[in-house]
Amino acid sequence: MNLSLTKLFFLPVLIASMVLFSSCGKNDKTSSSDKELLGAGATFPYPLYSKMFDVYGKEKNVKVNYQSIGSGAGIQQLTSRTVDFGASDAFMSDDEMSKAPAKVVHIPTCLGAVAIAYNVPEITTTLKLTPEVLALIFMGKINKWNDERIAKINPDVKLPSTAITVAHRSDGSGTSYIFTEYLTKVSEDWKKAVGTGKSVNWPVGLGGKGNEGVGALVTQQPGCIGYVELIYALQNKMQTAQLQNKNGNFITPSLKSTNEAANVSLPEDTRVSLTNSDADNGYPIVSFTWLLLYKDQNYNDRSEEKAKQIVKLLWWVTHEGQQYAEPLSYASLPPEAVKKVEVLLNTVTYGDKKVLDIK
Amino acid sequence: MTDSGLELTIGSKPYSVGAVNSRVRIELKRIKKFRLFDWLFKKSLGFSSILFVMIIIGIFLTLLIQSIPSIKEFGLSYYTHSTWNPVEREFGSLPFLVGTVITSFLALIITIPFSLSISLFLGEYFRKGAPSTFLRNAVEILGGIPSVIYGFWGLFFLVPIMRSLEVSLGLPSLGIGIFTTSILLFIMIIPYSASIGREVISMVPNHLKEAAYSLGATKYEVIRSIVLPYARSGIFAGILLALGRALGETMAVTMVIGNRNALPTSIFSPANTMASVIANEFTEATGDVYVSSLIQIGLLLFVVTTIINIAGKKIIKQFGKTQ
Repeated sequence: MNLSLTKLFFLPVLIASMVLFSSCGKNDKTSSSDKELLGAGATFPYPLYSKMFDVYGKEKNVKVNYQSIGSGAGIQQLTSRTVDFGASDAFMSDDEMSKAPAKVVHIPTCLGAVAIAYNVPEITTTLKLTPEVLALIFMGKINKWNDERIAKINPDVKLPSTAITVAHRSDGSGTSYIFTEYLTKVSEDWKKAVGTGKSVNWPVGLGGKGNEGVGALVTQQPGCIGYVELIYALQNKMQTAQLQNKNGNFITPSLKSTNEAANVSLPEDTRVSLTNSDADNGYPIVSFTWLLLYKDQNYNDRSEEKAKQIVKLLWWVTHEGQQYAEPLSYASLPPEAVKKVEVLLNTVTYGDKKVLDIK
Repeated sequence: MTDSGLELTIGSKPYSVGAVNSRVRIELKRIKKFRLFDWLFKKSLGFSSILFVMIIIGIFLTLLIQSIPSIKEFGLSYYTHSTWNPVEREFGSLPFLVGTVITSFLALIITIPFSLSISLFLGEYFRKGAPSTFLRNAVEILGGIPSVIYGFWGLFFLVPIMRSLEVSLGLPSLGIGIFTTSILLFIMIIPYSASIGREVISMVPNHLKEAAYSLGATKYEVIRSIVLPYARSGIFAGILLALGRALGETMAVTMVIGNRNALPTSIFSPANTMASVIANEFTEATGDVYVSSLIQIGLLLFVVTTIINIAGKKIIKQFGKTQ
């Protein structure tokens, strides 16, 4: 009698019992070696972290695993202590900080900017926009390209009568957060009607998933305007608008203008928003992206070695690692920020020992 | 084994009682050996089935429990409220329910004539031969294409076509929206109803059709009076399967529906569906109420799909009765 096929029926039983029994018994600590670090969070800097961690792994023989699951999830993982470090495009709010079991240190690693991309073939020169007009467009109050408010700031540009189609992000994202935070700062109406958030109740517009989604909407739809990460706009050669900053200058979004925006005084914990900064030639929609770790590394039976490795990693990322930013179209940290990072990393302890003092 | 000298005739062959006895004893030994195996076999089949039922109940309970914060906060008004505001923490699932139901049923209405045609064509007219094989495989390949690829195709090919259609009709030319999504869904779900329909139609007994032909019926009359009534429940089951796929479709829908979290105003306006909003907002949702509201949408989708399935099964049973 041929039993082999019928024996297959026992397979579900076997698998089910294996699964049930292995899930009994909690695993509290991540059992990885001291030369392996686990991080999770923001998707925006993923290409940069990917390159940095790859180089770091080859040079220092320390493996760094990074999962780009999103800023929100990254903060969640750090709070539940399932990762060694988290990553986020938005710094943790006071509420989130209080939910964490211990104090969290924010280490900025690079800068990102949000560019306003548009698709109006009739406009052959660059489009200029002011914060007020931008807010009105995204609220649906200006809905034709040849509206007099746009024409006033662009006197030499021939604007068509096409309808304006707004494109925004359908998924929750740090990019949306930075953009809406900027609009909240510059427009009282926006603040009342919409507010700031990774997902908001957009008054008008179509939603696209990811930078790719918004990019596809903008390039496909004549008369469309949307916001994308600067890197995405640069790499896909999208037409971007010049945005007026706090000092009245119309700034083209670029790596240089992104860097300029961060040349302002920063608070000690670097938890600051760089949008609409005071920098003279800075692009107004700019933000840091941070790596997060606990100030006291002595938790969950972590070893001293692990604490040392993670602080060394963060030191490298903010110093030697910065050279990899520009080639990938990320803006590197300005000197002021690096100084603050050094001070912060010196505060990370293992119990009562300073980690950087551990040999 | 002593031979008592008696003889038995089994069939037309004579056997001695002793020979029959030993044969029976060998068989009994064999049955005894495998009795344990038989018992285990039956039990493991039962176990696999129960496991599956437990998983489904587990899914439902998980969704229910995780939705509790949101249920507490909004109560029943969650299902009639049409604002989705993550900043103000004001959530209502009506836009997504409406979006899902409209796109799925619209896709289904467009699918029915097409899938019926394909089923009849392959089941009645071209049962064998190269064109039949080609068409059958083409339809089946269509069913195997991943959802994301449909989404890309929709975004880059279907949307511009829709846009020019809207321009010619004098409507705002967005290209994406409910109508585009329904068209895309219809293309995606045709293989499900067509394949099952074809199978069922080709299984209509020949003697029934031959009896009709012998009475002088034309091909059309045979199809209308014999084939379709006989295959009715199977065709409907295929349609139900297609509807189930359309209700849960996520990636392709999210690329062409416009992701507008508000009630749609016309058949060409952008909208959003339950599966799409969960896929989009879940990873970055923070805060108990927000996450819980999204899970409650998942619960709603689960319940809607279950209800439609149960209703569908009842209708199929009804069709079976009136045969």
